[in-house]
Amino acid sequence: MSDTGIGARVKRVEDVRFITGRGRYTDDINLPGQAWAFFLRSPHARARIAAIDARAALATPGVVGVFTGKDLAADNIGNLPCGWLVKSKDGSDMKAAPRPPLAIDTVNFVGEPYAVVIGDTPAAAKEGAAAVATDFEELAPVVSLAEATQGAEIHAGIERNVCYDWELGDRAAVEAAFAKAAHVTRLEFANNRLIPNAIEPRAAAASYDAATADFTLYTTSQNPHLERLVLAAFVGLSPEHKLRVISPDVGGGFGSKIFVYPEETAVAWAARRIGRPVKWTADRSEAFLSDAHGRDHLTTAELALDADGTFLGLRVKTRANMGAYLSTFASSVPTYLYGTLLAGQYRTPAIYVEVEAVYTNTAPVDAYRGAGRPEATYVVERLVETAARELKLDPAEIRRRNFIRDFPYETPVALVYDTGDYEASLDKALKIADLAGFPERRRASESAGKRRGVGLSCYIEACGLAPSQLAIQLGAGVGLYESGEVRVNPTASVTVFTGSHSHGQGHETTLAQIVSEKFGVPFESVEVVHGDTGRLEFGLGTYGSRSAAVGASAVVKAADKVIVKATKIAAHMLGTAPESVDFADGVFKDTASNKTLGFGDVALAAYVPANFPPDLEPGLSEKTFYDPKNFTYPAGCHVAEVEVDPETGVVRLERFTAVDDFGKVINPMIVEGQVHGGVAQGVGQALFEHGVYDEGGQLVTGSFMDYGLPRADDLPSFAVDTTVTPCTHNPLGVKGCGEAGAIGAPAAVMNAVTDALGVKDLAMPASPERVWRALKEAAHG
Amino acid sequence: MKVVLTVNERQHEIEAPPGALLVDILRRDLGLTGTHVGCDTSQCGACTVLMDGRAVKSCTVLAGQADGASVTTIEGIGAPGNLHPLQAAFQQHHALQCGFCTPGMIMAAMDLIGRGGRLDEAAVRRGLEGNYCRCTGYHNIVRAVLAAAGEMGGRA
Repeated sequence: MSDTGIGARVKRVEDVRFITGRGRYTDDINLPGQAWAFFLRSPHARARIAAIDARAALATPGVVGVFTGKDLAADNIGNLPCGWLVKSKDGSDMKAAPRPPLAIDTVNFVGEPYAVVIGDTPAAAKEGAAAVATDFEELAPVVSLAEATQGAEIHAGIERNVCYDWELGDRAAVEAAFAKAAHVTRLEFANNRLIPNAIEPRAAAASYDAATADFTLYTTSQNPHLERLVLAAFVGLSPEHKLRVISPDVGGGFGSKIFVYPEETAVAWAARRIGRPVKWTADRSEAFLSDAHGRDHLTTAELALDADGTFLGLRVKTRANMGAYLSTFASSVPTYLYGTLLAGQYRTPAIYVEVEAVYTNTAPVDAYRGAGRPEATYVVERLVETAARELKLDPAEIRRRNFIRDFPYETPVALVYDTGDYEASLDKALKIADLAGFPERRRASESAGKRRGVGLSCYIEACGLAPSQLAIQLGAGVGLYESGEVRVNPTASVTVFTGSHSHGQGHETTLAQIVSEKFGVPFESVEVVHGDTGRLEFGLGTYGSRSAAVGASAVVKAADKVIVKATKIAAHMLGTAPESVDFADGVFKDTASNKTLGFGDVALAAYVPANFPPDLEPGLSEKTFYDPKNFTYPAGCHVAEVEVDPETGVVRLERFTAVDDFGKVINPMIVEGQVHGGVAQGVGQALFEHGVYDEGGQLVTGSFMDYGLPRADDLPSFAVDTTVTPCTHNPLGVKGCGEAGAIGAPAAVMNAVTDALGVKDLAMPASPERVWRALKEAAHG
Repeated sequence: MKVVLTVNERQHEIEAPPGALLVDILRRDLGLTGTHVGCDTSQCGACTVLMDGRAVKSCTVLAGQADGASVTTIEGIGAPGNLHPLQAAFQQHHALQCGFCTPGMIMAAMDLIGRGGRLDEAAVRRGLEGNYCRCTGYHNIVRAVLAAAGEMGGRA
């Protein structure tokens, strides 16, 4: 292994601009003559818009225009679509409520934009907005997820507010398994609503050239090509070739920046309408109200076991909150990214899951780091740990008895795991976590008046989204391949174009590691370009831990094509046949004569083609679209150890161990960082974070003062390690690492908390109040 | 109102509207976009800069309060090829991912190290509790700050 190749801890090239304040995020971009947008947002959870009077606003100095949903509709701006069609049990299509970019007749959640004020300055736009008089007729909101089907009909014609009622698995087989079970473990719980909170708020800056009809939209997107596709094909903003979408540096996404939102749609449209560039940057309060939220399930889950602790069947019934509208991929999250993962790491022979997705008058809920897989892992791993306690089995032992050991393995919920070694990660995690020393640490805590608990979580995820044929068959509106282009410049420097987008993941480093190793060229001579529809052909972006498994695979395939072409050129230069030329470590060698050529010699010749035969084209640039053959299946074991102060109910996470199998690792430093961040978000879900609406539909946790984002002193350092079973179906053997921490951690932490408290279950987040009350209730029996 | 302040050792005279914030002057008037805004309640710390040597959240400092002050931003402590030890440590220890919180985090760490006193993991975690990072789980930030503190001999 070279010190910059695959497997090396290469320092990130992108860091230099970030650590010196030279990053270029959307809000750092100012367009000549730009005006500013300020959005008017509903103060009500559900109301009819009776009238909007903008006269005073238009008379406010510096106000350029006030536009409502009707103005956009009059200009044929269409609704924001949901890109994944899920079908109900009865075969009917999901009921997608129309979502205009700016609400027209009714508003359906607090924070929903219904008008935009454009001003010469941010202050003018804001002052103008304050002068808009809107008459709302308030309607009874539907806020409670549990009672959502009994509330008023939010969208006309969508009965009981049910979007779909979906199922997966063999119901009869599960009933039979439960009928013969020696033991059934049952849990009912909520998977708490989370608010993603990337530290960079969403933003957009758009310009329109009336002479050429060209739009340029800078925006905080994880997938600029998808943004362009949706705005062109569905919203009707512009022909696709006239719309350039640029995602410059993006300050974190975690899923929340996958989606096409109302604001960038309205900003781009307004730039054309007023004939000036328009810019908008969310403040944090807007982010809390209007970014897509995550999770928010109510679930009843039952595991049937025989007397030895062998799993016989799993039955899961979930109600999933969609919020007021279907966000871009919302429908797929509690179905194909959730139900399909309920086998976990186990040979459970029969599984049946029902998911009822409902509308409520709350912010839309969509994919957030892990997206369905944390919810599935929480179901499986809380059940397994609880079953072990009920059957008085060691939690590691009950898992060992049920691990899948033969691969490929077809689950009862539609996936085929290609490879894995679950016992290896379990064993390594138990060792690193020093579980043998836990009883001693527990005694020490107890002698100090504290409680101590430990919990495991053996998770699996399906990543590398996704084989297009399967995804489209299951309702996806787009393919899920990725593009890659490798352009060798005449002087043998290399420009790599990827449809994956980096907003913290370090692609500019890892893809350069891969390509420099393949070509035997210096790491520094490889540059990675992403995030601009004007510079690369198409791409599907970054989510679902897909950039290494799908995006890098495309780059590898393109690099392979470059080598094939370069070999032909080398053969011509060496006066031999391509079959006689070997390429290794940057050197082409004629195996007959032992004559050699450097990669640079061939690159130059490709652009200075002396005497090329007619069938040999000049140039050295290749592209591919790589479509994965299967999902990848990262898996691992996380161990959490907590100490609880019974006086205050405060839970301290004392130790956290993560051993993950991500297949081959390109840059261990970056992979460890992804695990750290994912774990922090998973721990956040378990201990601190909760998006809460009051009965009237007001967001109670609408700022960092009310929403518990983990701070440095809330967390310990993490012990992170890996095991490796290479993915069997992509060229690098990689599986993906971005979401694992957020998937594995919540169950591990809650298994530890319930162990410390000696209670069967506790709702997330395990806040001091909840913990304190649980201890009081336990004491009073 | 007229505000005179020194930013990264250069004096500026700025006509600021009433209610203007230091962060607006830095980002909009001076084009120093390394200082970021991540919230509207002084919680996230992405806008942290040094004012007369102490870390302040520049979203919470009125332009008038900065009149006569000396301000240091991320752009003022080092540059590509000539990194400050904290900047170098952040890269070396992979203490950043998306980079958005990074300038504020580095400026807060400058103050923390500059205060002197022994820094261990717990002290760094306490000292940075005014700065959010959503990407790193803080693990590598703590390592970077401790490494830089060692190199800087406890002095910023």
